Amino acid sequence: MSSKLDLPGTEWRGVSPRYIVVDLVGNLVFGIIVVVATSIPAFITGNVYLWTIPASFAIIVLIVLALTPRRVRAMGYQLRDDDLVFRKGLMFQRVVAVPYGRMQLVDINRGPLDRAVGLSELKFVTAAAASGVVIPGLPEADAEELRDRLVELAESRRAGL
Amino acid sequence: MTEPAELIGTGTRLADGQWHRLHPATPLLKGGIALIAIIGVVIVNLRDVLINIVLGGGPGEEYDPFVWIIEHEYAGLILLAILVGLLLFVGGFYVSWRMHTFRITDEVVEVRSGILFRTNRRGRLDRIQGINIVRPFLARLVGAARLEINVAGQDANVQLAYLGSAAADELRREILLLASGTRAEPSESTPAGGIIDQLLAPELPQDAAAPESVVQMHLGRLVGSLLLSGFTVVVIVAIIALAVVTATTREYFYLLGFVPGVIAMGSYYVSKFTRSLRYSIASTPDGIRVGFGLLSTSNETLPPGRIHAVQVTQSLLWRPAGWWEIKINRASHSSAKGAAGQANTTILPVGNLADVTKVLELVLPGIDVDLVVRGLQGGGGDDGFTNSPRRARVIRWFSVKRNGFAVISGAVLLRRGAIWRDLTVVPSARMQSVALQQGPLLRRLRLASLRLHTVAGPISPAIGALDRDDAIGAFGSIADAAIASAGADTSHRWRA
Repeated sequence: MSSKLDLPGTEWRGVSPRYIVVDLVGNLVFGIIVVVATSIPAFITGNVYLWTIPASFAIIVLIVLALTPRRVRAMGYQLRDDDLVFRKGLMFQRVVAVPYGRMQLVDINRGPLDRAVGLSELKFVTAAAASGVVIPGLPEADAEELRDRLVELAESRRAGL
Repeated sequence: MTEPAELIGTGTRLADGQWHRLHPATPLLKGGIALIAIIGVVIVNLRDVLINIVLGGGPGEEYDPFVWIIEHEYAGLILLAILVGLLLFVGGFYVSWRMHTFRITDEVVEVRSGILFRTNRRGRLDRIQGINIVRPFLARLVGAARLEINVAGQDANVQLAYLGSAAADELRREILLLASGTRAEPSESTPAGGIIDQLLAPELPQDAAAPESVVQMHLGRLVGSLLLSGFTVVVIVAIIALAVVTATTREYFYLLGFVPGVIAMGSYYVSKFTRSLRYSIASTPDGIRVGFGLLSTSNETLPPGRIHAVQVTQSLLWRPAGWWEIKINRASHSSAKGAAGQANTTILPVGNLADVTKVLELVLPGIDVDLVVRGLQGGGGDDGFTNSPRRARVIRWFSVKRNGFAVISGAVLLRRGAIWRDLTVVPSARMQSVALQQGPLLRRLRLASLRLHTVAGPISPAIGALDRDDAIGAFGSIADAAIASAGADTSHRWRA
C-alpha cells in the first residue's frame, strides 16, 4: 500500500508540458547565480577546500533540474462541484481544497519566460494568506477561460468572509 | 460650510441617516492632554520666577526663557503671541470639529473629516466585524466615549471620537440592529444618569445580558495567573542569577543596577492587573460583549459569525490550578488594546474549566461541550478524537496519544500537546481552505499533516503526524463540511 498522498476519485488536470522548459530555465539561471556567488571566496583565497561549497550547491541544482519534469507532472488541479483542488510537490507533497465561494480575487501573471512559450500563472486568492493556490504553466487561453469559470462559480456560491 | 446647516440632524437618535457632529468636548479630549502638559510646564517654570520676585531675590542664575523675557521687557509681545497662538489652536480645533461629521444610514456608516485635506470614509454595515467602545479616564470625566467600528482588513476601522457616553451605547445598539438585517423599530433606550452615576456604574450594565451568560474574572485567579506567567519565570531566573553573581563576587554594586528593573517589573504587573480588572464576557442578542478596565474602560461587541478560529491553551505552570487562556482569530484589527495590554484577540486572559466551557458556548453556539472538555483534559484513547498512531511517537514524543482531531457538525477540533496543551476549534463556516501536506519523513512513517487556513491571527490551525488514511479522510470531510456550512451560514444577518 502506498504511503503517498492520493485522493480517491480525483481526475487531475495537469499543467502544460511546456512549463518544464520555463521551470528548467528559471532554476538553471538561479542555480548558476548561486554557484558563481558561492565560488567567489574560493577564487579569491585559492583555498581548495572552499570549492566544496559551490560544488555542493551545483549538485543540489542538478538534482532539482533532473527532477523538474517529474515535479511539473506532479502538479495538477481539478474543478470539483463546489471547490477547487490543487496539488503539487514530489518530495514535499501538498494538496489544497478551496471552496469557490471563498474566492476574493483571481490573478493572472505572465513572466518573460512564460510569455516566450505562451503560458500564464493563475493565482486564486482567499481571505487567508496561507491558502496559496498558485497554478503555473497554463496555456494563456486556458488560464483566461479558467479565470472566467472560477469567477462565475464564485459568483453563484458567494459566501461571507 | 460644505453642507447646508439643515442637513445636520438635531434629534437625539444618531442612526437616522442625517449628518451628525461629535461630542463638543472632542477637541479638548483629543488635544487636551498635550495642552494641559504645555500649561503645566509653563506654570512650573513661572513658579520659580514668581518665588524669586516675591522673596526679593534676583532672577535665577540658570538660563530660563521667562527670566530672559522679563529682563528684555518683551513680556507684552510674547503674551500677545501666545494669545494669538492659543486662539488659532482653539479655532483650528473648533473648525475641525465643525467639519467632522458622520451619518449612519440603513446600509453604510459614513464619516467626513479634515479641514484642508477632506477625508470621506464609508463602511458597509453588513461587513462589520465588531464595535468597540473605549472610554479613557479623561473622557469618562466629561461623559464621552470613543466608538470604533471594525471592518475586515488592515487600517479599515471607522472611528467616531468622541461621542456622548450614552449616545455611544445607543448608537452601537442601533448599528448592530441595522446590520443584523432586521427592520424592527428600535426600542426606547434607558435614560443615562449623571456623570457621577456613570463613573460608579458597574462595567457591565445590569440589563445588558442575561446573568447566567456572564463570565466574570475572579480577582485571586487574576493575581495568580500574573504570578504564574512566563514573565515571572524570567524574573525568578534573573533574581537567582543576580544572587549567584553577588554571592560569588561580593560586589554589591550589581544590586544597584537591579533597582530600575524592580520598578519596571512592578509597573508591568500593576498595569496588567488594573487593565484586567472588572473583566467580563457576556452574551447579548447582538453578539458577545467583552468588557474590562477600572479607570479607562473598554467594551467590544462581536456580532455572531465573526470568529474565525478559537484556541484554548494551558501552560505547564497553570496546569495545577486548572487555568486556561482563550484566543481568537478575527478579520479586523482594532487599534484599541485588549485587557492586560494584550492584543484584543485574547478574549479570556485566564479562566477555569467552567469559564472556558461557558465562553466556548458563547463564541461557538451549539458546540459539543463534552467533546471539548475531553479535548482539553483527555489523555487520548477512544474519546471521540482520531489520534495519531503509535508509530508517530518518533516525532511526537509525549503527545502522541493526545495529538488528534475531531470533525463535528459545524466545526473542526484540533488537539495538540501533552505539556503545553492546546485545543483549536475552527468553525467550518469560516474556514477559507484546507491543505494536506506530507514531507519525506512523514511519508516514511506513513503519516501526513493537516492545515486549516483562516484569516490571519495569532492562531494557525494545523495538526501534524496523523495517520495518512485518517488525514486523507479528514481532508475530504473537512472540505465537504466547509462547503456545506458556508452555504447554510446566515450569521452575517443574524436577526433576519
